[in-house]
Amino acid sequence: MKAASHPVQRPRDAKLLVIDEAGRLHFAPRSRLVEFLRPGDLVIANDAATLPASLHGTHVRSGMPIEVRLAGRRSLRVHDVRDFTAIVLGAGDHRTRTEDRPAPPMLCAGDTLALGPLRATVRRTLGHPRLIALRFHGGADSIWAGIAQHGKPIQYAHIADSLALWDVWTSVAALPVAFEPPSAGFVLDWDLLHALRERDIGFATLTHAAGISSTGDAALDARLPFDEPYYIPQSTAQAIESTRRRGGRIVAVGTTVTRALEHAAARNGGTPRAGHGVANQRIGATTRLRVVNAMLSGTHEAGSSHHELLRAFVPEAVLLHADAALAAHGYLTHEFGDSVLIRDMRTSLLAASVASPGIGGPMAEVDSLESVP
Amino acid sequence: MTHHALKHLRVAITGGTSGLGLALVHALHAAGANVAFVARDAQRVASTAARLLGTHGIVGDVSRKDETHRIALQINAALGGLDVLINNASTLGPTPLRPLADTDCEDLETALATNLLGPFRLSKALLGALAASAREGRGAHIVNIISDAAVTPYAHWGAYGASKAALLHLSRIWNEELREHGITVTAFDPGDMDTPLHAAALPDADPATLTRPSDAAREIIALLAASPHDRAGVSA
Repeated sequence: MKAASHPVQRPRDAKLLVIDEAGRLHFAPRSRLVEFLRPGDLVIANDAATLPASLHGTHVRSGMPIEVRLAGRRSLRVHDVRDFTAIVLGAGDHRTRTEDRPAPPMLCAGDTLALGPLRATVRRTLGHPRLIALRFHGGADSIWAGIAQHGKPIQYAHIADSLALWDVWTSVAALPVAFEPPSAGFVLDWDLLHALRERDIGFATLTHAAGISSTGDAALDARLPFDEPYYIPQSTAQAIESTRRRGGRIVAVGTTVTRALEHAAARNGGTPRAGHGVANQRIGATTRLRVVNAMLSGTHEAGSSHHELLRAFVPEAVLLHADAALAAHGYLTHEFGDSVLIRDMRTSLLAASVASPGIGGPMAEVDSLESVP
Repeated sequence: MTHHALKHLRVAITGGTSGLGLALVHALHAAGANVAFVARDAQRVASTAARLLGTHGIVGDVSRKDETHRIALQINAALGGLDVLINNASTLGPTPLRPLADTDCEDLETALATNLLGPFRLSKALLGALAASAREGRGAHIVNIISDAAVTPYAHWGAYGASKAALLHLSRIWNEELREHGITVTAFDPGDMDTPLHAAALPDADPATLTRPSDAAREIIALLAASPHDRAGVSA
C-alpha cells in the first residue's frame, strides 16, 4: 500500500473499506461512513491530544546531540508528569529514516539531558541501551510549559512537511497524553458528530495515551505496544451499558480505544467500568473481544501490531483478501491515509442468531460472547 | 450567591494579569475554582501565579496562530480538562483612538487577530476538552468578553468595535451550533470598567463613574454558577 504523504486529516477523496460480519468487502467514499452505522450504535473515540513528544537536546556528560522521544507514562494523572519512558536517538532528525540514525551516546543512570528549557535525569535503562526511564526536573507547570515550547510532534520520514501540533490533534483532542496521534480519529469533525446525532448514533470518548508505532529498532519494535494508561469517563461507561442493553453495537475508533475498552472489560467481567487503568495486553488472533463489535481504523501494513489486532475481528483469510483489495483499489496507508471499518466477524460466526448478516443485517448478540468457553 | 457550583470548576482565562481578567482570576480562585490564566508578559504571569497559589500561569499571546495549540495544551494539562473558557484578552487597536479612515490596515488586522481570531482559534483548540466536560455533565461554557462598542457605532472605535461586533456574532452562531454538544457560548458585555484598557481609550474619564472590574467579575461568576438553562437566556 502507498503511504499518505500529505498531512491532511480529512481529504475530500478519502476512501472507506467496510469488512462486514460475513467477511464481505464494501468499498465506499469515507464521507458515507454514517450509512454503515445503525441507530442505537455507540461510537467511541480517543480524545487524547498528541504531545510534542520529540525533544532535541544534548547528553550533557558527552556533549553529544540527542533526540528524546517520550514514549510512555505510568498514569494520566495531571501532576504525575515528571517520569516518562523514552527512546533516545542520536544526531540527526526525522529526514533520516529512524533505522539509519546513529546511536546515541552510552546512557547511564544519573546522566543529565539538556532539552531546551527542560532538564532531565536518566534514572535507568530499560533492558535496551536506547530505552530509558527519565525524570524531568521542576514542577508540573514548568515541565508542561517546557514540553509545549520546545517539543515537536514525532515526525514521519514518509511525510515531507514538518508536522505541527494542529496536524496531529483530532477535532476532539483534549488531554495531551498521546505520544503519537490516535489517527483513526482524524476522520472525526463536528459535522460528522452532528450527523451521528441526527441518526441517533451515540458518541462518547475515552482518553488513552496512544504510544509510539515504531522505534526503528527491531528489538524495541518487538516490545510494542508499550503499556498505555487510559481513563474511561463515567458517562462513557454508562453509554456502553445502555447501548448494549438496547442491542446497539460498540464501534471503537482506533486500536487504542479497542485496547482500552477490552482491557477494562477483561478486568471487570466483560463490562468496562469507569476509571483509570493501564492497558498492557496484546490483542490478536487468539483474543476474545468482549465489548467492541466493530472498529474504525486506518489501514495498516501486515506485521505491525495494529494489523495483528485486526485478527481479533476477522480470520486471517479475510484479512489477506482485504489487504489485497486495499492495494488493488489504491487505498493509502499510515496516519493520514484511508479508513477501514471492520466488524467483529468471529463473534458473529459464534452467534447462532446471525442468519444473513450484512450491512443493516442483524447484529451479533453481545451476551452470547460471554458464554463462549 | 452560592459558590458551591464553582468549587473545582476548571476555568481558563485569557488576559489574566490585568483589568477584568485579573479580577476574574482572583474571584474564581477565591471561590475554589481551579484556574489557569494566559498572558503575554512572563514576569507578570509568574508574579500573579505566585500571589495566588494553586493558579496556573501560562505565558502566551492568543493573537499568534502558532501559539494556539501550545497554550491549549498547557491549559488542558494544568487543569486536567476544561469546563469554562473566558476569552477576555483584548486590544483597543491604535491609541489614541482615531477615525476608521485614519486607521492603518495593519492596525485593524492586529485588532482582529487579538479580539476575533484569538478567541476563535483557542476555543476551537479547546472544543474537545469542553465537549468532554459537557458529556460528563459539568456544563461546558465559553464566555467571550465584548463591549457595547460591538453594537453601537461609536466614532473612533472602528478597529475595536468591528472586532468585538464580529466576536459577538461568532458567539451567537457558535452557541447555535454547539448547543447540541452541551456547550454554551455567551458574549458578555461588562460595561465601561476602570481598567488599563479603558484608560488608554479615554484617559480623561472619571474612574468614579466606571464599573470596578471586581464587580463585573462577580456578574460573570453568577453567570457561570447559573444552570445551563438560565445561561442560555443571557446568551448574546
